[in-house]
Amino acid sequence: MADEEELILSDLPDDELVLQMHDDLYDGLKDEIIEAVEILLSRNWTPYDILTKALVEGMRIVGIDFRDGILFVPEVLLAANAMKGGMGLLKPLLVETGAPRLGKMVIGTVKGDIHDIGKNLVSMMMEGAGFEVTDLGINNPVENYLDALEAEQPDILGMSALLTTTMPYMKVVIDTLIEKGMREDYIVLVGGAPLNEEFGKAIGADAYCRDAAVAVETAKELIARKHNQVAAS
Amino acid sequence: MNILAQVLENRGWLLADGATGTNLFDIGLEAGEAPELWNFEAPDKVQSVYQGAVGAGSDIILTNSFGGTSARLKLHNAQNRVKELNERSAQLARDVALKSGRRVIVAGSVGPTGELLHPVGTLTEEEASEIFSEQIEGLLEGGVDLIWAETISSAEEFRAVAAAAAVHSAPWCGTMSFDTAGRTMMGVTAPDMVQLVNELEHKPLAFGANCGTGASDLLRTIIGFTKANPSVPLIAKGNAGIPKFVDGHVHYDGTPELMGDYAVLARDCGAAIIGGCCGTRPQHLEEMKRRLLNDPKGSVPDLDAIQERLGAFSSPADGTEDTAPPIRQRKRRRG
Repeated sequence: MADEEELILSDLPDDELVLQMHDDLYDGLKDEIIEAVEILLSRNWTPYDILTKALVEGMRIVGIDFRDGILFVPEVLLAANAMKGGMGLLKPLLVETGAPRLGKMVIGTVKGDIHDIGKNLVSMMMEGAGFEVTDLGINNPVENYLDALEAEQPDILGMSALLTTTMPYMKVVIDTLIEKGMREDYIVLVGGAPLNEEFGKAIGADAYCRDAAVAVETAKELIARKHNQVAAS
Repeated sequence: MNILAQVLENRGWLLADGATGTNLFDIGLEAGEAPELWNFEAPDKVQSVYQGAVGAGSDIILTNSFGGTSARLKLHNAQNRVKELNERSAQLARDVALKSGRRVIVAGSVGPTGELLHPVGTLTEEEASEIFSEQIEGLLEGGVDLIWAETISSAEEFRAVAAAAAVHSAPWCGTMSFDTAGRTMMGVTAPDMVQLVNELEHKPLAFGANCGTGASDLLRTIIGFTKANPSVPLIAKGNAGIPKFVDGHVHYDGTPELMGDYAVLARDCGAAIIGGCCGTRPQHLEEMKRRLLNDPKGSVPDLDAIQERLGAFSSPADGTEDTAPPIRQRKRRRG
């Protein structure tokens, strides 16, 4: 609103600045997010705290409103884009400081399927939530997935299909993982317009994700569960 | 009077076709193959799909050119064949229409580019329009009666098709896919689309909804259009039920009977041009035509009646409720 006073980010105390960052992520304001990350860094915040408390938390709120039908894809993409702006600054610092990573995902549309918008949304939202994502693109035979799993050692394998004729290929990939004794090494998430929960179960995936926001939530939950299991054993 | 209005004047409704993809897969198209390449590689099979719809009574058939933009064809390294593939799809359809011995309208199918448009993505509306324009030129050269955009999800891309059709002074129709809680993936509601159409300089002859989720949702969208006072006839092209995974195969669970119900309900809801989308085969179309001819037009059904006859909605609301979605309370807004 034009008649309101211009807000100076650097004048805000830490707690208010973080809340403002949540708002700015919600509104997809990339420049403001970058500026705020710089301010927090100058105030000696750790890159990991900035990532989790400001950016990931802000995107969590975006994800909730997306899930609840208050925000739609365009707003979510702008938010994810703003998040990526902040991540650009944080990424090298996170590596330097040896901060724990949230998780890594390999994702691709299955063989025979050339649809990519849904998969791209999941990639962007996962990156927006702080995950590392390797995107294999479209039309991936099982070998592509196996090579990428080998090379990237991800926590999560994501598969997408938009065609009823290509959905069954997800099962081919999962069956191959089982055959090679690798299935339990990864969390397998599947998605795509014609799929449903029943289908996800039928082919042996860990979860079907209705949309990109659900994919992020599910990924976080299953990774936390896996860590707990490791800690308990 | 435009070509659709002429035909609609006689009967008040038209039967469009079913799903080109579903029917091509039935006769051997492999997943991942570009259906458009079949216009040269297997023209007889493409024509058999057209003939299936015409034989079942369709008054409008859509050309096998849904992925015929350079943006989609480049995935098959066929981006240099836009003109010929589209032209050929239209010629094959025109040939079937001529041989039918009755008036069958040939509509040139235009699908989304698959790219995200600005401001969300990088493709500008102008660039998208150029991409569509190239495809439309091929379709027109092949002899289509009009251009028919389908499965569009963003307002920007819909406008880009309108602008491209305007370049060629081509009559056109356009449908969007309302698949996310009653909205398109990009958040467009049914009333939003009515407004979008009203604001276009080069208006479509008809507009509406295709694909999406089940038949129930699609009819709820049609009712949403009607309530917003559309200025041109409405199109309903819904899926034949919902995909189910059975014994390693996927099939749409909609029976011909269900699609017959859907067709007459679509007309009751206010649609003038009625067809099917994913999973719709000639046997569905036949039953739809039979019911449309035999059943009298009824009053607009309420949502409960639609659910009872066609199955549950995929979401409780569709973004058109009287109560606006909760506006997030902001602590502060920037100047």
